[in-house]
Amino acid sequence: MYQYNQFDHDFVRNRVNQFRAQVERRLDGSLTEDEFKPLRLMNGLYLQLHAYMLRVAIPYGTLNSRKMRQLAYLADKWDKGYGHFTTRQNIQYNWPKLKDVPDMLDALADVEMHAIQTSGNCIRNVTADHFAGAAADEIEDPRPTAELLRQWSTDHPEFQFLPRKFKIAITGAPNDRAVTKAHDIGIRMVRNDKNEPGYEIIVGGGLGRTPMIGKTVREFLPKADLLPYLEAILQVYNLNGRRDNKYKARIKILVHETGVEQLTAMIEEAFETQKAYHQAPPAEMVEAIEAQFTPPEFDKNPVDEAKLSKVVGADPLLRSFMETNVHDHREPTHAIVTISLKPIGGTPGDATGEQMRVMASLAEAYGYDELRISHEQNVILPHVHRDDLPEIFKVLKDAGLATANVGLLSDIIACPGMDYCALATARSIPVAQELSNAFEDLKEQKDIGPLKIKISGCINACGHHHVGHIGILGLDKAGVESYQITLGGDGTETAAIGERTGPGFSYEEIVPAIERIIGRYLEIRESDEEEFLETYRRTGADPFKDALYSDEKEAA
Amino acid sequence: MARAFVPKVVTANDLLEGDVIYLMSDGSWTRRHDEAELYEDEALANEALAKAQKQAHRLVGAYLADAQVGENGKPEPTHFREAFRTRGPSNYPDHGKQAEL
Repeated sequence: MYQYNQFDHDFVRNRVNQFRAQVERRLDGSLTEDEFKPLRLMNGLYLQLHAYMLRVAIPYGTLNSRKMRQLAYLADKWDKGYGHFTTRQNIQYNWPKLKDVPDMLDALADVEMHAIQTSGNCIRNVTADHFAGAAADEIEDPRPTAELLRQWSTDHPEFQFLPRKFKIAITGAPNDRAVTKAHDIGIRMVRNDKNEPGYEIIVGGGLGRTPMIGKTVREFLPKADLLPYLEAILQVYNLNGRRDNKYKARIKILVHETGVEQLTAMIEEAFETQKAYHQAPPAEMVEAIEAQFTPPEFDKNPVDEAKLSKVVGADPLLRSFMETNVHDHREPTHAIVTISLKPIGGTPGDATGEQMRVMASLAEAYGYDELRISHEQNVILPHVHRDDLPEIFKVLKDAGLATANVGLLSDIIACPGMDYCALATARSIPVAQELSNAFEDLKEQKDIGPLKIKISGCINACGHHHVGHIGILGLDKAGVESYQITLGGDGTETAAIGERTGPGFSYEEIVPAIERIIGRYLEIRESDEEEFLETYRRTGADPFKDALYSDEKEAA
Repeated sequence: MARAFVPKVVTANDLLEGDVIYLMSDGSWTRRHDEAELYEDEALANEALAKAQKQAHRLVGAYLADAQVGENGKPEPTHFREAFRTRGPSNYPDHGKQAEL
């Protein structure tokens, strides 16, 4: 876990004090809203449809029990007893009062957290593989690099007013769980042919109104060159990004318009200049960061396999949970547990204060005090001894947190949509809820197999619909909610943007439309093992379009 | 030909709470859409908006929203976004204005 030094503590506390004074001046009329708005946004405070919203950064999705309990405290004391975990591995509070926000920020500072750079045209919270440091397939733990980037990008004076917001994601595993190809910069930890560690640098990915898969600008970047190289990318972007048009201001448009070859040359040229005077971070600093992410002393006791399989065998719900929510750990005696925040019919990503405390206690008792938030809006216990799985399951079940649906149909990503967001053009949460209810039988979901449904309530695509196997985009079509479907999207290392099926569906029609897609998939898959995305890649969109629109053709 | 003027209410968010508010005929603010003043005259609507925008000490982001006279003779929103603003989030029926309606 990262640890603030005195500088960090002072910096964050100073910002809270500044903001407290700014709120006072707003309330006494010394500041107009036009003057105050950029100040509140710099501190993560938005004004949404029904209330203010405070977006709190969870650095690369990493928490410990103390931080999680504090998030629960904020939820109970200043919100309506819950929080919403987002696709940016952050948490949002939907009901804070303006006068309370400085106190909320002070409470966050007490546990080394803040809401800085969760808005604005700056480098946002760096996101990472939520299985970092635990995954069996990992080459290297990405968190020390993520922490280096957090320190480098926080309040970086050159990058506070970029043409547009800027998102960086990093993974240390070949299986990309961090959607690195859909970020402004994606970083993949790799090794070269001499087995030296380094980074592959991907630039210009993004979703939104112009979805793009990122392009590799460097196959292998030595570790020591990371910061000057990123500064080179940001300088090129800062100078050449389209400040004239908000909708063309992301780096993906610059990559697209300039061409990856020319842009790579520009970056390399800037990098040469940068390198001359940009010292690599001192070795002792890098070592100090790495020391904060030393793996825990894993419990060496062998797993009592006989006992475990007996308990699992006797409890079908536990067995189901083990199949979907438990993943391989790099220590064979351990496992990674994903706690689904997608109960059937629930709001994706929401957890009550009480549930947060339960998860904190589990992390403390069984999980070496570590928790992660995934971009898929779930919570992870990254290290648990396999002997403890039945007990963990029992506690989760009692807290309403044991839904065995990770990776299945009802493990839906949904942005807040028009139930909260001022930018939204349609609702997304109730669509997720109704889909989840329509497929409430988890056995049926298992038969359907791995499936990622992602829903956005506007073209900005916070719900990642472009990379959903089934993507749903909610729009306002002549004053009525209308939902477009895309198929074949993929957010992993084989990233792809989903393709639109055709005309959209009304709010009432969208769930039946998805049911028709699933029905067609079950009819045409070659075997029970052929996953939805594989079927789609084999057959293309036609059979699904037929299922969606054939009735209309017959009627016409 | 110019398009017919659609009646409007003046709406904003409360500065302290962030809650949706509507301008009433007496110049004060209500949290209920059906108590809002419905402006059927464009000039009067714009005048009311201009006055509202000067009340920076108590509200944020005043604007004119389309509305119509409902069956009960009171104003009601014409667009679904404005209808959601009169109620609250659909995933928590006990959150937002709908809890008290």
